[in-house]
Amino acid sequence: MTLSTRARAQAVALTTTGTLLLASCSLSGGDSSEASGVDGGNTPTEVVLITHESFTLPEELTEKFEADTGLRLTVRAAGDAGTLTNKLVLTKDSPTGDVAFGIDNTFASRAVDEGVFAPYAPTLPEGAADFALTGDGADVLAPVDAAHVCVNIDDTWFAEEGVPAPATLADLAKPAYRDLFVIPGATTSSPGMAFLLATIAEYGDDWPDYWTDLMANGAKLTDGWSDAYQVDFTQGGGEGDRPIVVSYDSSPAFTVDGAGGTTTSALLDTCFRQVEYAGVLAGAENPEGAEQVVDWLLSDEVQAALPDSMYVFPVSSAVELPADWASFATQPETPYDVDPAEISENRDDWLREWSDVTSR
Amino acid sequence: MRRAAGLLALAVGPVLVLGVFFVLPVSGMLARGLWPDGSFDPGAVAEVLTRPRVHRVLWFTAWSAAAATALSVGLGLPAAYALHRLEFPLRRVLRAALLVPFVLPTVVVGVAFKQLLGESGPLGSLGLDGTPVAIVLGLSFFNVSVVIRVVGTAWESLDQRPAEAAAALGASPVQVFRTVTLPALRPAIVSAASVVFLFCAAGFGVVLTLGGLRYSTVETEIYLLTTNLLDLQAAAALSILQLVVVSVLLVVAGRLRSVPDPGVSRVLARPRRPRLVDVPVLAATGLLLLFVGVPVLTLVAGSLQVDDSWSLGNYRALSSTGDQQALLVPVTEALAFSLRTAVDATWMSLLMGVLVATVVTRRSRSRAERRVRSGLDGFFMLPLGVSAVTVGFGFLITLDRPPLDLRDSPLLVPIAQALVALPLVIRTLAPVLHGIDDRQRQAAASLGAGPLRTVLTVDLPVVWKPLLAAAGFAFAVSLGEFGATSFLARDDQPTVPVVIFRLIGHPGAMNYGMALAASVVLAATTALVMLLVERLRVPSVGAF
Repeated sequence: MTLSTRARAQAVALTTTGTLLLASCSLSGGDSSEASGVDGGNTPTEVVLITHESFTLPEELTEKFEADTGLRLTVRAAGDAGTLTNKLVLTKDSPTGDVAFGIDNTFASRAVDEGVFAPYAPTLPEGAADFALTGDGADVLAPVDAAHVCVNIDDTWFAEEGVPAPATLADLAKPAYRDLFVIPGATTSSPGMAFLLATIAEYGDDWPDYWTDLMANGAKLTDGWSDAYQVDFTQGGGEGDRPIVVSYDSSPAFTVDGAGGTTTSALLDTCFRQVEYAGVLAGAENPEGAEQVVDWLLSDEVQAALPDSMYVFPVSSAVELPADWASFATQPETPYDVDPAEISENRDDWLREWSDVTSR
Repeated sequence: MRRAAGLLALAVGPVLVLGVFFVLPVSGMLARGLWPDGSFDPGAVAEVLTRPRVHRVLWFTAWSAAAATALSVGLGLPAAYALHRLEFPLRRVLRAALLVPFVLPTVVVGVAFKQLLGESGPLGSLGLDGTPVAIVLGLSFFNVSVVIRVVGTAWESLDQRPAEAAAALGASPVQVFRTVTLPALRPAIVSAASVVFLFCAAGFGVVLTLGGLRYSTVETEIYLLTTNLLDLQAAAALSILQLVVVSVLLVVAGRLRSVPDPGVSRVLARPRRPRLVDVPVLAATGLLLLFVGVPVLTLVAGSLQVDDSWSLGNYRALSSTGDQQALLVPVTEALAFSLRTAVDATWMSLLMGVLVATVVTRRSRSRAERRVRSGLDGFFMLPLGVSAVTVGFGFLITLDRPPLDLRDSPLLVPIAQALVALPLVIRTLAPVLHGIDDRQRQAAASLGAGPLRTVLTVDLPVVWKPLLAAAGFAFAVSLGEFGATSFLARDDQPTVPVVIFRLIGHPGAMNYGMALAASVVLAATTALVMLLVERLRVPSVGAF
């Protein structure tokens, strides 16, 4: 077996490059060394926040928290609210962090019943009490932000086509809006679940009939919000052609047309309120640090930063909203609501039935 | 005896790694389902399998995977012939290009197909979006390259003389193909089909993105049951079923894997210039290229548009964090992190792959020994067919106590990716090691060479190219891995597929454009790696 000179040269070149690559850019060569969270004694120097993938806050706020408390804040974010809840439930005997943020009112009861959280009652900012849980959850979870899942419409499309815009859930099943509606699925996305709950709140036990009508009227289901909004909605990132979509009350603030208006609006009579909570995990290594994180999430600075970082409304009524939000993102007066305990009890049956109704 | 002990010692490392990072987490999740409240309850699991919804899911999984397999084989056969037996310009480039879909992240392919088939896309009028047809097309898009590699490699080394004899005796080309060539290729075709069926049945991202919600497969159902409903019993029932089916398929594929007799040196048929006879085959290959190329081109076109005009704006934006801070780190940083992770995953999977391939390919002295070897071989293929979400949650509940407190280790991501790439590495190296005549090693040993010297002088000259090829393949797989990575990646250190997923999940036209641009960059990087691999001319790459 002799290698030709050329092959040998190639081999040498490739091997050298490979070795160099290996040496220069493996992770172990990177700067990902983990300092231990405890320095010598027993005072924790780190607090770990477990959250979902949409969590993000400006760096200066995190730095300020670290400077004020002397703790290093490690954020572990992955999955959506459902995945987060199940992670916390599965690991409740040996939690992977100290504090959790991002469980919403559709999942709160499951986590509270499983004993995931330890009691902590922070001082709530002004106006936040309206969002607090009732019952068992009240002493363990603090509300941090609220968003409403509402049906959004493309105003420009309706103006151009000369079709009157819909306003209520009942309108959406009318023949005038045939093939115009796109909905993220209830089983695979949290806004989809919220919209299902809105219909349950409106129609009670007759909700399957409403969904049958919706599907017969050509409503389209996608697996997540991004497919619905970005691909199928006329004002999304792609070239969609459905002018009605399930999204958030804050979405119109993102479709500003540059001429002082926005091209979309949320139908305020179709909204379901989603509240996100934070709580100290039972069995946390650093419970004091965890409590400080909850307080920090409720502080004015963080509350004011929520709209721009996470597209949600703060629970505090004391902070000012950004300019675009103040003009285009209107919160509904009387959103639909379903009791978290009832959601927890019926979730499986509802989702199963919903799957059956929509896949007929 | 000493020899067996030595070989076992080689296998211990990889077996331990797979045990800790795969068997343990999966068993942990299954145990949660089977022992819900501390008491063993198999009845509840059996009950799950009688639900009508589960029957629907099983039926859909079976037929969609079968249809996608049939389509992949149908499209792959003519292309295998054209790309491996005919000589025409750009043949190698095409071969490399057709390997790319296999390692593209499902997120990217989902976006590409959506752009194409969506109601407003160029093919929107066909109304395929959210139909089983779209799912079957998507699955075939991924797997057609497997058929091309496996069958093409077999076709290359097929003995020409029987076919020539048949032709001389007056058989028409069709008759020759039906009576001589096809029977000779049958093991390769069946082996490829069984692997493709396995991949299709385990398809996750494609089904979720393209099927909307009306259709779920076993894999998407496990995901739903675990993440949304926390119905671990039902998830365990389906996982066990999945494991059983995967094991059966692996046994079938293993039985049929045509192992060349090491005593025969592989003769490659010289590719010939196309003739008039080959026009249908070339046309079919062109069709396949269209099928693979159009979604990718749609993606590229979309990434080059900002507000309906051509621009590189989306690519320039890759160094930013997107509209409204959609990302924590810019895409460029994520790409650097992806490459670093891929390097780690590559050396891990190579190290394990070499050890395992060495162990499973040495000549067995007894039937029992052969059984053990093929059992090992199959054991390392298992990660191909178990849902990432089961492994991901399993990590959380089993690796939580010292000495295995690894839940937050930065090495988890590369390890998970290495396990995904491992079967491909083994399949690339095993045939080559199999082809080395043991007598050469014996000769070296009798001339006084130690075990290391033997490896350096006998094995290495034959293996270095396949090693590099396997490294490239593992690298590409790691770059595109999404399922396990999305579960384990840390927020401040995302890989590119995770970032793409985040970008399409945030409102703002800019973010969508950036997602397309990042997908193109990822696909281009992958294609470049595969092109380098193809230059090494290792037949077993991508073959099973």
